[in-house]
Amino acid sequence: MLRRLRTISIASVTVVVLSTGCSTMGDSGADATEPSPEAAAGSQDVGGKVVLVSHESFNLPKKLVAAFERESGIDLVTRSAGDAGTLTAKLSLTKGNPTGDLAFGVDNTFASRPLDEGVFATYEPTLPAGAAEFALEEGADKLTPIDVGHVCVNVDTEWFEQEGINPPETLADLVDPTYQDLFVTPGASTSSPGMAFFLSTVAEYGDDWPDYWTRLLDNGAKVVDGWEDAYFGDFTQGGGKGTRPIVVSYDSSPAFTVPKGSDKSSTAALLDTCFRQVEYAGVLEGAANPDGAEAVIDWLLSTEVQAALPTAMYVFPVSDEAEVPADWAKHAVQPSAPMTVSPADIAANREQWLTEWTDVVTR
Amino acid sequence: MRRWLTLALLAAGPVLVVAVFFVLPVGGMVARGFVSDGVLDPGGVLQVLARPRVARVAWFTVWSAAAATAISVLLGLPAAFVLHRLALPGRKMIRAALLVPFVLPTVVVGVAFRLLLGEAGPLGFLGLDGTPVAIVIGLVFFNLAVVIRAVGAAWESLDARPAEAAAALGASPVQVWWTVTLPALRPAIVSAASIVFLFCATAFGIVLTLGGVRYATVETEIYLLTTTLFDLQAAAALSVLQLVVVVALLGLAARLRAVPDATAARTSSRPRRIRSGDVPALAVTVLVLGLVAAPIVTLVLGSFRTEAGWSLGNYRALTGVGSNDALLVPVTEALLTSVRTAVDATWMALLMGLAVAVLVTRRSQSRSERRVRSLLDGFFMLPLGVSAVTLGFGFLITLDRPPVDLRDSALLVPIAQALVALPLVVRTLVPVLAGIDDRQRQAAASLGASPWRALLTVELPVVWKPLLAASGFAFAASLGEFGATSFLARDDNPTVPIVIFRLIGHPGELNFGMALAASVVLAGTTAVVMLAVERLRVPNVGAF
Repeated sequence: MLRRLRTISIASVTVVVLSTGCSTMGDSGADATEPSPEAAAGSQDVGGKVVLVSHESFNLPKKLVAAFERESGIDLVTRSAGDAGTLTAKLSLTKGNPTGDLAFGVDNTFASRPLDEGVFATYEPTLPAGAAEFALEEGADKLTPIDVGHVCVNVDTEWFEQEGINPPETLADLVDPTYQDLFVTPGASTSSPGMAFFLSTVAEYGDDWPDYWTRLLDNGAKVVDGWEDAYFGDFTQGGGKGTRPIVVSYDSSPAFTVPKGSDKSSTAALLDTCFRQVEYAGVLEGAANPDGAEAVIDWLLSTEVQAALPTAMYVFPVSDEAEVPADWAKHAVQPSAPMTVSPADIAANREQWLTEWTDVVTR
Repeated sequence: MRRWLTLALLAAGPVLVVAVFFVLPVGGMVARGFVSDGVLDPGGVLQVLARPRVARVAWFTVWSAAAATAISVLLGLPAAFVLHRLALPGRKMIRAALLVPFVLPTVVVGVAFRLLLGEAGPLGFLGLDGTPVAIVIGLVFFNLAVVIRAVGAAWESLDARPAEAAAALGASPVQVWWTVTLPALRPAIVSAASIVFLFCATAFGIVLTLGGVRYATVETEIYLLTTTLFDLQAAAALSVLQLVVVVALLGLAARLRAVPDATAARTSSRPRRIRSGDVPALAVTVLVLGLVAAPIVTLVLGSFRTEAGWSLGNYRALTGVGSNDALLVPVTEALLTSVRTAVDATWMALLMGLAVAVLVTRRSQSRSERRVRSLLDGFFMLPLGVSAVTLGFGFLITLDRPPVDLRDSALLVPIAQALVALPLVVRTLVPVLAGIDDRQRQAAASLGASPWRALLTVELPVVWKPLLAASGFAFAASLGEFGATSFLARDDNPTVPIVIFRLIGHPGELNFGMALAASVVLAGTTAVVMLAVERLRVPNVGAF
């Protein structure tokens, strides 16, 4: 009898555990709810649910989103996963029956393919001052520039001071024996900043890039998988136990390495080595709520959102009207003449470049 | 006729789930690759396979996975013996702790290994960073637990008397091992090895982080081809190659697993005292523990290091969202989501796994029946051997229209995790169920027991412990699952591995420290749950 009781009690505990808190069941409706009646009443023109598809770095302050939802009557749902490449592949695969209404995060290295395939619908908002500079040459009627960042070689200025060596300044310096075994970069095939750095070498050396890369590797350059590995694993200022004082990172990175109680960053970006990455947003062809999607793009261009971008996503706003945070203004310097390669060129050559690059690196 | 009906009924549920959530998406994705510009083009796919790079990638995948599997089995067997047969103090704790690597997100393990093996790390002098050796060590680190647990569970319930009899008749320990113990354990060993091989051959994050860009496996190559190059044809070719290899491997494993008489007497024998002859096994166990502990210790130490020196700051920060709002929800909330999702995935996997295991171990009365059963056995192993990238994108393009527009459903995450855990459950249960003497069932039936009652009195007592082991496995696998989850989870409900990945990708020392702290919490949660599971006493079901 006692045994039987115990069996029953174990069974009932199991049932209780499953049917109450410890399950995701019954939770699925949470954000599929329709916008509340008041919200719908508050909106004059748009409203409804808008789904924003993005990559995993997408992030905006909750307060801003809530204020937008209140004012517009829109219920904004974001679905983000993977990196820019995954996002682009996802958009291409779901062309015509998209998982959302608009997409954010396709950048200039990936823009060409989804544009050619007709993933995006036409929408050309009025751009804030300064943003036109970042618009695409082809496809500006479909993709709207939202933010800009530069991938630059960063150096540990403290390390170079201590060693009494002048830090490098250009891509050519990196193959100088002075800097042997000091440089680490994420791979072009596995990382988006890695790809950007590779493209800056293409922009600088044209068809001779394989020769440059051979010399770079002969000089002891280390190629790792992702930016995290390079920065946190190998870079001397990455918080880990890195041994390499030169790394591929962003123009904004120096703003994050200001020691407490100091007003000088311990790292610097080399402004002659930068590749420009612009991220775009666009309304998706076949969107359930295209009007709502357009309203969200307008909102992304608003001064409030633009000003929030540096802190939230580590990128610079495209709008001149938005003010960047004080520590950015002080420590993160943007290059004036970054390197570029046209999206069409990238699309046409990506596969061949990456194959050749992999051959050079694994030789 | 009635047998076939029961078979069909038992099979229907799991088959339907795997068909909808696995066969359909993978099939859809592969089909995209076979059709170029609207015409079927199998020739183009074949051409891809002729590329020299593909051959290189395939060869590296096979040898690294084979090496890691062999090492895992060689190190895992003595450890399974020590931890499941010997009265080693604290063995339950150690067994629970050994499952920890299984749930650590690969990103974190990658960072830990690199802190350890990197140029400035304590083991940097070995020069292993970025070499294939590092990859193999990483794979072994992840998979040792599979061997120890699966083989240990079978070993624990193995009747010690035949071995004792052999020894009494003058057999040396080596002879006893070769002629009595090993044959009895062979099904479990082959099961574990085939799972480990599949895990290694489809490993993704660990190969990327530890191998840098120099070493590509089929899995990383599919990822590159799909996301960066959008070469769906080549990706489909590699997916098909993967499937073919997996099917061949499963066929081989089934052959090796088959023993003339799977019936080994099962008892729950008590652990025996440690003798001097156990020293070699103990030594290997210590080595295993060291291999598992080193990266974890690095992690734990790192998690206590903050800008202000050693402190609990990183742990306190887990209730927040990181510096510069790196996260949408605090880590503590993600932990709750993780546990809830894992509970769902576990019961789904157990339910399906039990049905499948019972299904494939029943004695067949005809050759065609046997064939159907062994085909089903292999079918449920497939999800382990196929690229998560192909599956993830497949979900997007096939489950996109009513009645199965599930692209945004919260249910998709536990289902995907259950699919990953299902083979673990099946492979843990099958060797034990297969070992039950059918005569026991017949005896029960002739004494008037209904099939249900026979199941409860004959099977359940034997299968109870392995079932616990399997549920622990499924839970751990689901807690640590990253590949499919990162694809399917929604931002407002991330699991801990996803949050950790996000933290590591955001600059700032606090975020890095929080990522390490969150990993330690995840690992701790698993260990605690495992311990609780092991402590559950077996109720005597025969009293019903």
